[in-house]
Amino acid sequence: MIAVALWSVAALLALAPAGVVLSTRPRGSIILYGGCLIATSTLCITALSDLLFFPHLTPSATLPIGLPWLGAHFRLDALSAFFLVVVNLGGAAASLFALGYGRHEDSPGRVLPFYPAYLAGMNVVVLANDAFSFLVAWEFMSLTSWAMVVSHHREAENVRAGYVYLLMASFGTLVLLLAFGLLASGAGYDFDAIRASHPSAALSGVVMILMLLGAGSKAGLVPLHAWLPLAHPAAPSHVSGLMSGVMTKVAVYGFVRIVFDLLPEPVWWWSMVVLLVGGPSATLGVLYALMQRDIKRVLAYSTIENIGIIFTGLGLALAFKAEGLDWVAALAFTAAMLHVFNHALFKSLLFFGAGAVLGATGERDMEKLGGLIHRMPKTAFAVLVGCVAISALPPFNGFVSEWLTFQAILLSPQLPSWGLKLIIPAVGGLLALAAAFAAACFVKLYGISFLGRPRSDVAASAHETDRFSLTAMLVLAALCLVAGILPGLFIDALAPVSKSMVGNIMPHQVGLQWLTIVPIAESRSSYNGLLVFLFAALCGTTAATAIHRFASDRLRRAPAWDCGYPDPNPLIQYSASSFSQPIRRVFGGVIFAAREIGEMPPPSSPLPARLKVELRDLIWDALYAPIAKAIGFATDRINILQFLTIRRYLTLVFVALIVLLLVVAL
Amino acid sequence: MNALRDILSQGAEMLLVLGLAPLLTGFVRKVKARLLRRRGPPLLQPYRDLIRLMRKDVVLANNASWLFRVIPYLIFAGTWVAASLVPTFGNGLLFSWTADLIAIIALLGSARFFQALAGMDVGTAFGGIGSSREVMIASLAEPAMLITVFSVAMIAGSTQLSNVAEFMGSDAVGLRVSLGMAFVALTIVALAENARIPVDNPATHLELTMVHEAMVLEYSGRHLALIDLSSQLKLLLYVSLIACVFLPWGTATADAGVARLVFGALLYFGKLAVLGFLLAVFETSIAKMRVFRIPEFLGAALMLALLATLLRFVSGSL
Repeated sequence: MIAVALWSVAALLALAPAGVVLSTRPRGSIILYGGCLIATSTLCITALSDLLFFPHLTPSATLPIGLPWLGAHFRLDALSAFFLVVVNLGGAAASLFALGYGRHEDSPGRVLPFYPAYLAGMNVVVLANDAFSFLVAWEFMSLTSWAMVVSHHREAENVRAGYVYLLMASFGTLVLLLAFGLLASGAGYDFDAIRASHPSAALSGVVMILMLLGAGSKAGLVPLHAWLPLAHPAAPSHVSGLMSGVMTKVAVYGFVRIVFDLLPEPVWWWSMVVLLVGGPSATLGVLYALMQRDIKRVLAYSTIENIGIIFTGLGLALAFKAEGLDWVAALAFTAAMLHVFNHALFKSLLFFGAGAVLGATGERDMEKLGGLIHRMPKTAFAVLVGCVAISALPPFNGFVSEWLTFQAILLSPQLPSWGLKLIIPAVGGLLALAAAFAAACFVKLYGISFLGRPRSDVAASAHETDRFSLTAMLVLAALCLVAGILPGLFIDALAPVSKSMVGNIMPHQVGLQWLTIVPIAESRSSYNGLLVFLFAALCGTTAATAIHRFASDRLRRAPAWDCGYPDPNPLIQYSASSFSQPIRRVFGGVIFAAREIGEMPPPSSPLPARLKVELRDLIWDALYAPIAKAIGFATDRINILQFLTIRRYLTLVFVALIVLLLVVAL
Repeated sequence: MNALRDILSQGAEMLLVLGLAPLLTGFVRKVKARLLRRRGPPLLQPYRDLIRLMRKDVVLANNASWLFRVIPYLIFAGTWVAASLVPTFGNGLLFSWTADLIAIIALLGSARFFQALAGMDVGTAFGGIGSSREVMIASLAEPAMLITVFSVAMIAGSTQLSNVAEFMGSDAVGLRVSLGMAFVALTIVALAENARIPVDNPATHLELTMVHEAMVLEYSGRHLALIDLSSQLKLLLYVSLIACVFLPWGTATADAGVARLVFGALLYFGKLAVLGFLLAVFETSIAKMRVFRIPEFLGAALMLALLATLLRFVSGSL
């Protein structure tokens, strides 16, 4: 098993230098993405069969690379297998999409060599079984993705995004390095040794916080999210899909691996910290998303929301595990893992959809789109499925994982600690708000860009995207539906993961009547996506046939009614900003310090009146701006060192030498 | 035999809610008219309206997409399934384990999602204004509803509606502060969700204040009939929900005999009449709010619901 996995990763790594050559060939991108598709599919099938059929085997391997006295350790347990499935399902879908989409790349040389290397990096992070390989692969993944973020380097915005991303990635790696340093102090870098070493409670707490910072900065938890909505949209769309749908999950993997696996039993306050970060991330992320008008940026902000939901689930799992209620911990943990899988599906799908729109119109700004459902019907259908799924609406998959998270929240009055008793209802409220905002956000995204009348010539002359891209999107859409109506299969597949991480599993689901899912007991709660879907389909079709048969099936086309005042100008439609204006007015005043400035020209002036909206990211203002300012201030002061005379440089060298000698002597 | 009885009673329930929904709306309209000293339309007028609409041609805007034509059926299916999952006069429905309260709310959320999309499909200014305001109202009403459900579910120890109803009918409930708050919150949410005064006015047209009507402005014929029927079903759903959670007396249990079922049904009609009457009185005695007063109104519901949940977390008996 692990040999197949490692060979596939090696194949991906070998494709990277080949990409340099292939990028100059006319059909090079097809060969490269085809190769990636084969390698990731192999990895996905391997990991899936491992998860389903041999979950209790943990094959491991050691390669003589890396640190000479350590080598590189790899291990494939249930957790790694599950995340390998997520990474490579996303990777395979992105490669399939890119078979069509990647042909339009302006400068393939800036994407093709990095793409397989990036996939390989993510796989190695998940497979690594020692701190050194983990960190190297992590950094490799960051750097290769950075290279693709700045691939369209002529746009100043992308360069800035790349710069911020690089800084945040270095910060993340630095924090992870500290965490592993603390962990390895007594044991060495091998994960097996760390697992056996039992660090003290205080040390474990510090490592947990560091992991939350390190993994959280990669996953985009508030307040470490600032880079994410800049960097993810800047990359080519299939890479954006990978970064948002998959790389954030690799960060979740890092957190779970260290905190649930390597550290000893959790303490209750760990969960408080995680919940206090997760809940606000969910709500703030989607509120930010609602205020955007760039499709890809909306999707990037919504990633922050979903990561918040995942971390809320993980926080609940930690709380229940700390209090010994490991059967509820299994519920919360499974909910989080299911959301990891679900989000990888629909976020990749939506980014591909945004890519298809971008390819067809050259626009990411929703206010220049509209009416695409007429010109790109298949893309529009796939994106609609993604929008419904991500808004956590039944019968699709997003609802199932949120429903499970809510079920875990409803069990939390059993927790004894008072801090949690006060925080968990608030977090539940934040998740409920996030779910409602998500629906609003995706009504806006879909309604403005796909429905209505075209707002620009490019939108009016758009055309359907190619077959490869469509296949990738439709496969993901189908998976969203399957995971939504047969969630029991997926919950059961996650049982070994939950067993190895929280020590218990959710009740066995497959085999229950009609494939219902029952997380605790039937008297408490149950949900049957299949029956809800069939019921609704039956009601809808019965109504349609009955009405068409017995009442009327005639239809006439006529101009729109619009209360008698139709206006042919498409600008009369609601725009993205005006759609979110009510929500901005209700919530934005505090959260974004939103201000509307009306500029009225003086009477008799022919100038138009203008309305400007100002939104501020208060976290950026309060946290990042001061740090950036302080660094700027310090570098300005140090800068004089660059312009000294040779005498002064010599003096400095001399003084430094004496100080060093003194230090050594003392 | 048992399975047959279950299927029959589930089917009867589904037809019952479908048949009753226009009557409830007609009743509320009649009472409102009488309170205003008008005679008002006959009780059966909503049925006549529906039948007439269904027989008419659909006049579709030129640039309406396929989605616009499918959405009425989606809304109707989602609402009908949700409405038939709420116990009316008997508990223990066959499919009551298909979806719990959270799923019922989410089903209504799906219906609203598509309704808001329909408002934007034709590309008119009125449709956009309706959808935009609808999602603003929903962004407060839906969390308030969910948190209300949390507090009720934590008291009853279940999110399964028939179990909640059974628990509420038992002696174990007692008088609780959190239940009182949940009741007020649920009532406010119900007013907002059903587009009633003071949040929205179901009788208005051609006004900048309309929300629900603005979204469905471009619909006609059978499509409009289905959307109207869905709104009526939704009103019935919320009234039944309040009745079965907060007025649970007399609801027939799963194994009840025919006499108990008939008694339960009569009591259910009584509850509908009382709640419908109260709704009409409330609507005639209050004015429609400005759009940006609504967030305060719904915010109150959200806070009450949150407080109820918090009380439940802090103390088991409140």
